[in-house]
Amino acid sequence: MDAAAAGWTYQRPRQSALSRFFDNRTVLVFLCMLPAAGLLLVFLTYPLGLGFWLAFTDTQIGKSGEWVGLENFQSILHDRVFLNTVWWTTFYTVVATVGKFALGLWLALLLNENLPFKSLLRAIILLPFIVPTVLSAIAFWFLYDPQFSIISYLLVNVLHWRDTYIDFLGTPWNARWSLIAANIWRGIPFVAITLLAGLQTISPSLYEAALLDGASSWQRFRRITVPLLMPILAVVLTFSVLFTFTDFQLVYAITRGGPIDSTHLMATLAFQRGIPGGQIGEGAAIAVAMIPFLVFATLFSYFALAKRKWQQGESND
Amino acid sequence: MTDAAAPALDTISEPEGKTLLSWESRSRRLVTVYLPLICFLIVLLFPFYWMAITAFKPDAELLDYKNNNPFFIQHATLANIQKLLFDTEYPRWLLTTMGVAVGATALSLFASVLAAYAIQRLRFRGSTYVGLAIYLAYLVPPSILFIPLATMVFQLGLFDTPAALVLTYPTFLIPFCTWLLIGYFKSIPYELEECALIDGATRLQILRRITLPLAVPGLISAGIFAFTLSWNEFIYALAFIQSSEKKTVPVAILTELVTGDVYQWGALMAGSLLGSLPVAIFYSFFVEYYVSSLTGAVKE
Repeated sequence: MDAAAAGWTYQRPRQSALSRFFDNRTVLVFLCMLPAAGLLLVFLTYPLGLGFWLAFTDTQIGKSGEWVGLENFQSILHDRVFLNTVWWTTFYTVVATVGKFALGLWLALLLNENLPFKSLLRAIILLPFIVPTVLSAIAFWFLYDPQFSIISYLLVNVLHWRDTYIDFLGTPWNARWSLIAANIWRGIPFVAITLLAGLQTISPSLYEAALLDGASSWQRFRRITVPLLMPILAVVLTFSVLFTFTDFQLVYAITRGGPIDSTHLMATLAFQRGIPGGQIGEGAAIAVAMIPFLVFATLFSYFALAKRKWQQGESND
Repeated sequence: MTDAAAPALDTISEPEGKTLLSWESRSRRLVTVYLPLICFLIVLLFPFYWMAITAFKPDAELLDYKNNNPFFIQHATLANIQKLLFDTEYPRWLLTTMGVAVGATALSLFASVLAAYAIQRLRFRGSTYVGLAIYLAYLVPPSILFIPLATMVFQLGLFDTPAALVLTYPTFLIPFCTWLLIGYFKSIPYELEECALIDGATRLQILRRITLPLAVPGLISAGIFAFTLSWNEFIYALAFIQSSEKKTVPVAILTELVTGDVYQWGALMAGSLLGSLPVAIFYSFFVEYYVSSLTGAVKE
């Protein structure tokens, strides 16, 4: 009797106090969240707040700043380079995003056909996305060289379409279009592969039904593919807009903002003023000035497109 | 989940797809599908081809388009690679990059696994909001964080050390990995954990013995993604590292190899090629995991 009772009271005799402590749910949740939450709070949330504070100070490298109110914002608002940068960043984002999505969607539709070596094709197409952006940007830099550009060589010496070599990076507009082309090149794979995944979830029976009803291929695309692709399109678009607007690497590697500051994006201008220029406060103000644009772009691309999903009465997932 | 459903759909759609398209003549298909596809492939791959052949061309051939067809190599040379490996600190940069990428990936995976497990399985009060907050953290781009982070790194005495990068990369790796792993944990039947609970396993034992082994594909996906993202990272590495020997490959090529007005295109391209190879090889082994994490993350 006694032994049995003792056996029942000590259900798990091997468990020490320490392991029972670790099995407590509150303790466990706290311990599990600690590394992620700690890292994110210290290196993401705090710097985000610090960025706002720095934007209102005259901090420079090696000199802690003092509160100057809106002075940084006033000075950048009267700075022609900054205003030009804001305009160009918006233009770059809009044109590159439209290009990426038009070409990426086309590529996704092509890949959705019955093709041999489908997975191999998919793997090859993702390459521009895998390779470090700066390294492919260096390849583009060489492709855009005024003297040894292979594109110019092709147009002038092989096809005889032009008489002179193109100065890709020498004039502001040439440089801008060259950068947009490089950005589109880098963005196509991501858009194509994610939209392909969306296309593959559309049931083929819908197309069959439409075909029986005599729908043309444009009608099938417009009435079946586009609406069903909309939810995934909204997410991909949000990310694409966000990362194009805050792009840094391509511009820094290919033009460094030149010629005459005409291709600075807000991120490269913030870097230029903040780190090599030493004007941390001004750089932070430029970075903070990006936030309203980002919030607006994110909300716009997400809600403008995601609304369709509710109208169709589909549940999430 | 969706990933499992995609291949199944494929196999169903194929025979039906053929009959569906049978009215299209072969030549029409050639013009509407294969021709544009080949154009896409040429445009997407040409920069890499160009990078590769430039890396192996001797200088004389590189700068003389008149007497040589620039699209091919006449006399391949290893001079550019040799110069890169023995006259510059390239091997050190590769090692630093590798170390930083591995360190940041390990740290992020460790933190993400625990966080995803807590959010998805322990289901504490407000866990959905924590999940949402982590998702929002992914939307904060490094371009607006690097200036305040630079001042922080300086104050912490981490400026110009690889540790600064290992500690800051998780800011964009953890949100992505956690998000991906939550999706994976969701797909593991909860009943398995309940059985283990009834058998008297502790929560940590369950995580180690049951959930983690089942989530290995998710861990691999997250690991690959984190590794390539940290290998490719540029802006933090540019802002936080100053001395030449501690730079990562992308930064070092751009800041150390570009000297003067005459660019050493051969060496630059060789450097870019060698810097791209590790990720490309790593990626080629795990393509399917990579694609599934990319598409899975967007679909979640």
